[in-house]
Amino acid sequence: MNHLGFKIDKMKIGSFDFTCCEGCQLQLANKESTLPNFLGLLDIRNFREISSERHDDYDIALIEGSITRSDEIERLKAIRAQASVLVAFGSCACFGGVNSLKNRIPAEEVIKGVYGDKPIETMPSTKISDIVTVDFMIPGCPVSKDEVERVVIGIVTRSLNTLPKYPVCVDCKQRLNTCLFDLGEVCLGPVTKAGCDAVCPSGKTPCLGCRGPADDINFPSFLQLVKEKGLSEDEMLEKLTFYNGFADYLDHES
Amino acid sequence: MKVDFNIDIHHLPRVEGHGNIHISVKDGKLADARWEVIETPRFFEMMLKGISAERAPFLTSRICGICSISHSLASIRALERAMEIEPPKAAKAIRLLAMHGETLQSHALHLFFLAAPDFLDMPSAIPILHSHPEIVKAGLLLKELGNEMSIATTGRATHPVSLVLGGVSKAPSKQRLKELKEMIMKRRTALDRSTDFFRTLTIPEFVRETEFISLRNGKDYPFIGGDLVSTDGIVRDENDYLKMTNEYLCDFSTSKFTRLSRQSSAAGALARFNNNSRLLGHRAHEIAASFGLEPICHNPFMNNIAQLVECHHIFENAETLIDLLLDDDLKEIRTAYKPKAGAATGAVEAPRGILYHHMETDDDGKVVKADCIIPTTQNNANIHYDLKALAAEAVKEGKTDRETEKLCVMLVRSYDPCISCSVH
Repeated sequence: MNHLGFKIDKMKIGSFDFTCCEGCQLQLANKESTLPNFLGLLDIRNFREISSERHDDYDIALIEGSITRSDEIERLKAIRAQASVLVAFGSCACFGGVNSLKNRIPAEEVIKGVYGDKPIETMPSTKISDIVTVDFMIPGCPVSKDEVERVVIGIVTRSLNTLPKYPVCVDCKQRLNTCLFDLGEVCLGPVTKAGCDAVCPSGKTPCLGCRGPADDINFPSFLQLVKEKGLSEDEMLEKLTFYNGFADYLDHES
Repeated sequence: MKVDFNIDIHHLPRVEGHGNIHISVKDGKLADARWEVIETPRFFEMMLKGISAERAPFLTSRICGICSISHSLASIRALERAMEIEPPKAAKAIRLLAMHGETLQSHALHLFFLAAPDFLDMPSAIPILHSHPEIVKAGLLLKELGNEMSIATTGRATHPVSLVLGGVSKAPSKQRLKELKEMIMKRRTALDRSTDFFRTLTIPEFVRETEFISLRNGKDYPFIGGDLVSTDGIVRDENDYLKMTNEYLCDFSTSKFTRLSRQSSAAGALARFNNNSRLLGHRAHEIAASFGLEPICHNPFMNNIAQLVECHHIFENAETLIDLLLDDDLKEIRTAYKPKAGAATGAVEAPRGILYHHMETDDDGKVVKADCIIPTTQNNANIHYDLKALAAEAVKEGKTDRETEKLCVMLVRSYDPCISCSVH
């Protein structure tokens, strides 16, 4: 394979799932029209969901899911020890994700509510970077395959690109959508990192912040905006806590 | 000759989620066979507590990365029934088209990328891309069509954007619907090529009689709502889902097991077929007959063929739905509602089988209690007892450990298990 006349190597990749729905890994198999070319960039060494061949000589590890059990910590550390580049893949890996909603309730109550008296091990949902060093984050619930392609091409051609710094509103305006605030909804577009092509507001549903905060957001101003529009603060909080991406900002406010 | 061997497969590959197979043979006899689900639980029922009805379907769709539309629609159906909301006709058609997209995508993923490599003795579909490129390409065309149907109807292939309480937040444009219809017509050849390919494969012969559970409404092949029925003659109302599932805990699995009239029961494409085969479209009927698939089929490996038959049904029915939507002005797509207290069950046929969500709301429309019973949860006991029967049969026939292992992993994959879903 050549790029600008230079020979480039395929990326030796491993894809691993922890506590999650596996929807982010599934995106790797989507966008079928470019899939054979995309796969041509990869040397898949370990990807349990699609292949029974398993090797431990990968350079890049994609990590999907959050951590909720002690055996997952050990497995994650072993992967970190092998991988040169470790990518937190999706909102669960990046922020703890929707799994973090159970953290609001005491663990004993959570276990009893589902398993009764059966002993089950679980701990509060934890993002990957709380356990190991993360080299790159691709947030999203699920991740966008377009963005994954951009990142993979960047790594393979040694020209790693960064994620957008600006909020979802920028993309949303370019798609000429009616602002959901004007339709009386709390939308997290003004504070959430772009890169999803504003898929939710384009479908007339408010952004729930799955990509976490954009760079240098004005959070107090966002809170003020919701207040000024007379919109529900409860609704805003439900959205800001949905993927746990705004935990640092909410801690700071309280 | 008396043989001893153990088969221990940790984190079975090419299935969704984490499960182990353990088989032990001593003195030429099966000593133990177990299907262990070791997935980490996420506790969705607890996460749902206090979440607004409006947001609940967006949370439950995250139970599964493959069948997120089914989860969203099961919650929506439960909450709409609990709060007495009637969605407009066009929204119902859009939702059903979304289900078709998801089912097609899921079946294509399973048939070509998870199941087919076993039949061709390959570790994954990637080498098949080189050995049988036309087959993998046909599979990709079907999977892409399924995803395109989901994107057109819900905004995205995984984790739907526009499925909301009361209907849908956005309808596909007429132009998009016309393109979709054209795409369906053009991809019939890919479906036929796939069907011919599956005809060349040898489906293992294995029968263990069981009870098949699915939805039935008597009018259409079922996808959203209806009576809960079993091949042992049980018929119950949708809200009586607990009497249909009888969940119990089992000490070697983080997934619960279920049962009805027998030790175990099965859900999925084969269960839908066994209860509703006469409601399939004309072409799907012919295809089933050509594979010798007849109700009541008790060979779990035939679930693969039942999925293929359903792909044909979806091709036929999706066209009808698109025509219906093209005749509608698509102006009425969302019913306004006021949140209120209530309780109800929503049952849908997810790709892997009947899925129940039960929701209770308070006066403000917040979820106070939720229960989700997943198709694979209902299949786990059947997989477990099938494994015992299949391994015992294989050992009796003098099969080697490698032959036994191959049959056993193929058996589990035939159920297309969605393990992280089953634990949720």
